[in-house]
Amino acid sequence: MILLEATLAGLVLGGMYALVALGLNLQYGVARIMNLAYGEGVIVAAFAAWWLYTAGGINPIFGLALILPAAFAVNWLIYRLALTPLVRRAKLREQLEVDSILATFGLLFVVQGLMLVAFGGAYYSYGFLSVPVVIADVTIAANRLLALGFALVLGLALYLALTRTRIGTAVRAVAVDPVAAGLVAIDVRQVAAASFALGGALVAAGGVLVSMFLTFNANIGVVFTMKALIVVIMGGVGNLLGCLVAGLILGLTETFVATWVDPGLTLAATYAIFLAILLVRPQGLFGRAAR
Amino acid sequence: MSGAALLQVDGLTRRFGGLVAVDGVSFAVGEGEILGLLGPNGSGKTTVLNLISGALRHDAGQVALAGEAIHGLPPHRVARRGIARTFQLVRPLGSLTCRENVAAALAFGRRRVFGTGAAAEIEALLDRVGLGGRGDALPEALTYIDQKRLELARALALGPRLLLLDEWLAGLNPTELRQGIELVAALRAQGMAILMVEHVMDAIRSLCDRCVVMNAGRVIAQGTVEAALADPEVVRAYLGDDDA
Amino acid sequence: MRRGAVIVAIAALALGLLAFVPWIADGYQLSLAIGILNYAVLATAWTLFSGPTRYVSLATVAFFGIGAYTVAVLGEVLAWPVVLLIALGTGSVVALVVGFATLRLSGVYFVIFTFGLAELIRQVVTWFEVNVTRTLGRYVFVDISQEQIYWQLLGLTALVFGAGYAIRRSRLGLALRVIGDDEVVARHLGIGTTAAKVALFTFSAGFMTLCGAIMAPRWTYIDPAIAFNPVVSFQVLIMALLGGAHRLYGPLLGVIPLTLLFEFLLARFPNHFSILIGLAFMAIVYAIPRGITGLVEQASARLRRGAAP
Repeated sequence: MILLEATLAGLVLGGMYALVALGLNLQYGVARIMNLAYGEGVIVAAFAAWWLYTAGGINPIFGLALILPAAFAVNWLIYRLALTPLVRRAKLREQLEVDSILATFGLLFVVQGLMLVAFGGAYYSYGFLSVPVVIADVTIAANRLLALGFALVLGLALYLALTRTRIGTAVRAVAVDPVAAGLVAIDVRQVAAASFALGGALVAAGGVLVSMFLTFNANIGVVFTMKALIVVIMGGVGNLLGCLVAGLILGLTETFVATWVDPGLTLAATYAIFLAILLVRPQGLFGRAAR
Repeated sequence: MSGAALLQVDGLTRRFGGLVAVDGVSFAVGEGEILGLLGPNGSGKTTVLNLISGALRHDAGQVALAGEAIHGLPPHRVARRGIARTFQLVRPLGSLTCRENVAAALAFGRRRVFGTGAAAEIEALLDRVGLGGRGDALPEALTYIDQKRLELARALALGPRLLLLDEWLAGLNPTELRQGIELVAALRAQGMAILMVEHVMDAIRSLCDRCVVMNAGRVIAQGTVEAALADPEVVRAYLGDDDA
Repeated sequence: MRRGAVIVAIAALALGLLAFVPWIADGYQLSLAIGILNYAVLATAWTLFSGPTRYVSLATVAFFGIGAYTVAVLGEVLAWPVVLLIALGTGSVVALVVGFATLRLSGVYFVIFTFGLAELIRQVVTWFEVNVTRTLGRYVFVDISQEQIYWQLLGLTALVFGAGYAIRRSRLGLALRVIGDDEVVARHLGIGTTAAKVALFTFSAGFMTLCGAIMAPRWTYIDPAIAFNPVVSFQVLIMALLGGAHRLYGPLLGVIPLTLLFEFLLARFPNHFSILIGLAFMAIVYAIPRGITGLVEQASARLRRGAAP
């Protein structure tokens, strides 16, 4: 019984990680921006959802409809204003990687500082649909199921958009080879900016969904960044299915560790997975060896 | 040949996904010999060099240097065993001076000479390739041929038993080409064994003792340059209907 | 050779003069001087590894914290030199593990691993203290005065500069410059790139750990959140980049003004501190990517070109 409950909880958490990591995959895999302020997007969106719900009485599902476009716009601006100069300056891909790591590391402290000023260091949460639902003898909160459902819908929509549409094909082309994509008349800069913004919107969606059932504070963005990075590496950069599988593995592992070992060791479990991946399959679960 | 061979390659194979880039390639390079590795573009010549030097991992086959297996070794171990290489597109260390480029190879190759004891040798190596007096220059200040010379000096500084040259003579004007051929000939005169991937026919005819011709990952002919180039399959590979 | 002797002489003279600071300075000035030396050690140790290899380490405070926490746990129990040695050993072992796991691979894995490392160690230590020792937060009762901290840090600063100077002239130093330039070529020149990177990363982490251990007695109370405060890693990175990471003395040029500036900002705008240093850092990344030393070199190169006929 506990096993089933933990598995279900792990799947919900894993679905969130997969969704959040999908966004990072777009930002790193397509726009080539290694965004260390990524997890702050989760927290900002969570606070936005909290604020809409407690101050405006807007439930987080409607909140999603407001927050997603806003996050897209904000991330678009960040890319245009803050990251385009770095893209222009970088001669090599490695150079852009280092520059974007540094710039977004600075951004992390700015965003975190702003949230600390606005909300302090306390933990926040709100009660939305926290009614128990019983499925096959297992009890789970309705908000968790709802979150998982939305994560699946968003993930599926992204998958279809990338594989079935013209724009999606362009995005995948840029991910594989930006130079060649430019040669076949794809506007690489526009695609990169759009992918970065879309990644930002996905992470915001993750934040809103997570806020329905987890407590959060201004400091824990780093942990989400870390987990998203590990999921992307485990699944393989640019691999959407890998992202989903890796996210679920991470969510399940964490929930099991929290249930049977100790909740204080979830990050340690995450790192143990990371270490194992680095030592055994650094190219990711589904990637091919480079050398 | 097999008993006295310096480099012995047997059944070397490497796949990239479904493509077999190098397919059961076997040949040998003798002491003091210059062996040409020829073939149309994409036939797998550079991949062979990458497999021998450890840049790529092989899927099957063996490579032995003076009777000792070296396949599967990482590049730095292969270099220390005595195989030096140049790159198809020159790769000088841009933030180091010419002298430092050579010093690095001298310090970590077979010789492991470093510090004040290395100074005279560095100058001698730069002189030997015709870069005397340019020790303080940064590679970006050098002409293309001089960058190639620098790369050769760097390779020689490793103290190699075998030198791998990847189109080292490509892209030179006629005067430079003549100088380049003289330089390689001088190396042979000093007893250096060389495996060279090359397209320039004048160079191949005047330098190579023997040659190996590849097409689509396989060896299609080997022997003296005249005999190999006259081989019907070689003619077909270069001029034939499916590959030209 | 002559130039080397002059540099050593100047450094020795500066060191001799700086040793007198505790007798001249008042309490506040001494504490500022300690802050500057602390960051001088950390930023220079950071540059030892990250400068030539261009692998950005975000884990400075992980090692600093290991040192500080070792003192908090063992400071009262064992003799001071033994405590320092244990701290050094622990930090080095962690660095070896991190190095071997990540430095075989491309730089981005290393950055990611170091990014979360301090948080990981903080959580594990917290878990251990809460569940095993049941003492979250410890008082540091070690009989060491501010003056002694200052002198130890001064000694450590001399060591880190001495080591950096020696490494630059050694085979290892040359190997790291080649690696930073082109890792593929480095391997084909016979350089065992992983071994070289791991060795230097461990060496640099050792200095950071010792620095944390020496600084620990400044706090009377230490808990994991204090010891593993991520802002320290961030400040070290800013200082090193402002000064310029491609020169050994570069970070020092960033450390002195920024320690003073941060001191001022922290006193004036304690709640907005991380926003301000975040903005300052971004300004540096955008405006002077090669740091002050890079600017100076550019200017002098331009002058020389202008002066030439």
